[in-house]
Amino acid sequence: MDLSIFGYHFMQNAILSAFLGGIACSTVGVFVVLMHMPFIGVCMAHAAFAGALLALWLGFDPLIGAFALSLLSAAIIGPLADRGELNPETSVGVIFSLMLGLAFLFMGLMPGTRSTALELLWGSILTNTRSDIILLGVVAAAVVGLVCLFYKEVQATIFNRDMALSVGVPATLTLYAVLFLTGATITTSLRSIGGLLIFSLILNPAAAAYQLTYNMKRMFLLSAAFGVLSGWIGLLISYAADIPSGATIVITSSVIFMIAAIFSPKRKVKGWRAKKLADENSA
Amino acid sequence: MNDTVIDIEDAVVSYREDIALRGATLRVNPGEFVGIVGPNGAGKTTLLTIVNGLGKLVHGRVSVLGHCLTPGNGHCLRKKVGYVAQVQNIDPRMPMSVRDVVMIGRYGLLGLLRGPRRHDWQIVDEVLELVGMTHLARRPIGHLSGGEQQRVAIARCLAQEPEIFLLDEPTASLDWKAKSDILDLVKLIHSSRHLTTLFVTHDLSSLPLACDRVVLMKNGLIWGEGSPKELLTDDNLSKLYDMPLWAVEKRRREAVLA
Repeated sequence: MDLSIFGYHFMQNAILSAFLGGIACSTVGVFVVLMHMPFIGVCMAHAAFAGALLALWLGFDPLIGAFALSLLSAAIIGPLADRGELNPETSVGVIFSLMLGLAFLFMGLMPGTRSTALELLWGSILTNTRSDIILLGVVAAAVVGLVCLFYKEVQATIFNRDMALSVGVPATLTLYAVLFLTGATITTSLRSIGGLLIFSLILNPAAAAYQLTYNMKRMFLLSAAFGVLSGWIGLLISYAADIPSGATIVITSSVIFMIAAIFSPKRKVKGWRAKKLADENSA
Repeated sequence: MNDTVIDIEDAVVSYREDIALRGATLRVNPGEFVGIVGPNGAGKTTLLTIVNGLGKLVHGRVSVLGHCLTPGNGHCLRKKVGYVAQVQNIDPRMPMSVRDVVMIGRYGLLGLLRGPRRHDWQIVDEVLELVGMTHLARRPIGHLSGGEQQRVAIARCLAQEPEIFLLDEPTASLDWKAKSDILDLVKLIHSSRHLTTLFVTHDLSSLPLACDRVVLMKNGLIWGEGSPKELLTDDNLSKLYDMPLWAVEKRRREAVLA
């Protein structure tokens, strides 16, 4: 394979975008997986897509629209999920379908060609500019920085929100911060990965890491590694086979998940226990 | 009044259309062990939530450890009040060990931007030893049985070094042996640490014999209080649970025989 392509500016930008987007998405994914809220992520991704289309139709920067609408959806779903008033799946389902409907409505209302709109749907990491990368870098740094600084609070909130509250951890604030970060990550990665595909890059690396460890710190690290790996391998396959990069990135992340699930030690819980107990007895 | 740790006066709490507490008044002295008994929906858990600052008062006054409870100041209060709930559903794949979970008890005390130090891990190991869980300290939390999980919850609560110990049906859904072990542990902790303890249950057989005082609750009101012996009569129980006297007598006799 001719690797001279990696000398080009656009390819270097794409590699950097995959690195930063992979880290941000897969770190946020750990919350999504451990807090059992995959639908909230799907819903926010579609809200971001609808928001970007609305902004395009009205002539704004799509990023602003995407960010506003994904946060709005989080602001609606968050309290419903928090108070347990409505089954979260039901409320998220309602908002999800509304966002999808709005997205198609704005697409229909848009005059002229719809290539920009479709680009948001499929993503185009190869056209990322320096400013896209700076934005991705800021979001990735914010996500990683906040998780490191507030790791205790994040860990307690993930484990059990009521219990975290009862020991004096600001769990509700942490939950909303997590939703906010999810919205910011989805919005900034929207152009690179695409509204339809971004969610797999959030879910798959974290779900793969979840199969492999009983240590939360290790899960964050593994997830970030899988996210970056999905991006890079996906880019390489996309270049080699001349197929869309968003699709190859997402499919790579799914394959990583499948491999992790097959080799997961957690599938053999009983065997693990028996072995551990035997070790303890012989000690 | 200075020696009252918990002072609840005419507390009213409502969740939308439901009124959970309709003017409850209760005073608890330092080191006292109070059992709170009543049917489901009597407002027992709500009474605990206003002590740890998670409940919102509609009317009345609550003062805990000298702090007057108002919306917004529950946060600092919660660090001094340990709370053990019923057995929770824990994801068996949750990537946390027993030790990690017990450490959460110290997070409120540590405050923001401060990680656990060696001293905190020492306390965690001490309380794990006290509840007899040292051998499972590194086990994933999701792999424990219900009884073991409650021991961890009690250890987490003690790691918090609380001044008040709240237990909300800690033995619900546990088997007979696990239930009596947890009750023994609660008694041991109360007698060794002299913690002011509030123990909520709907099940009379889980009421620790160590109770200094029993509070009966029904329909969001304190229905009666006194020593376990004088209060837990067949007559009172028949009124509390709306059961005919003969049925209460029969059940209690059967329980003793069992």
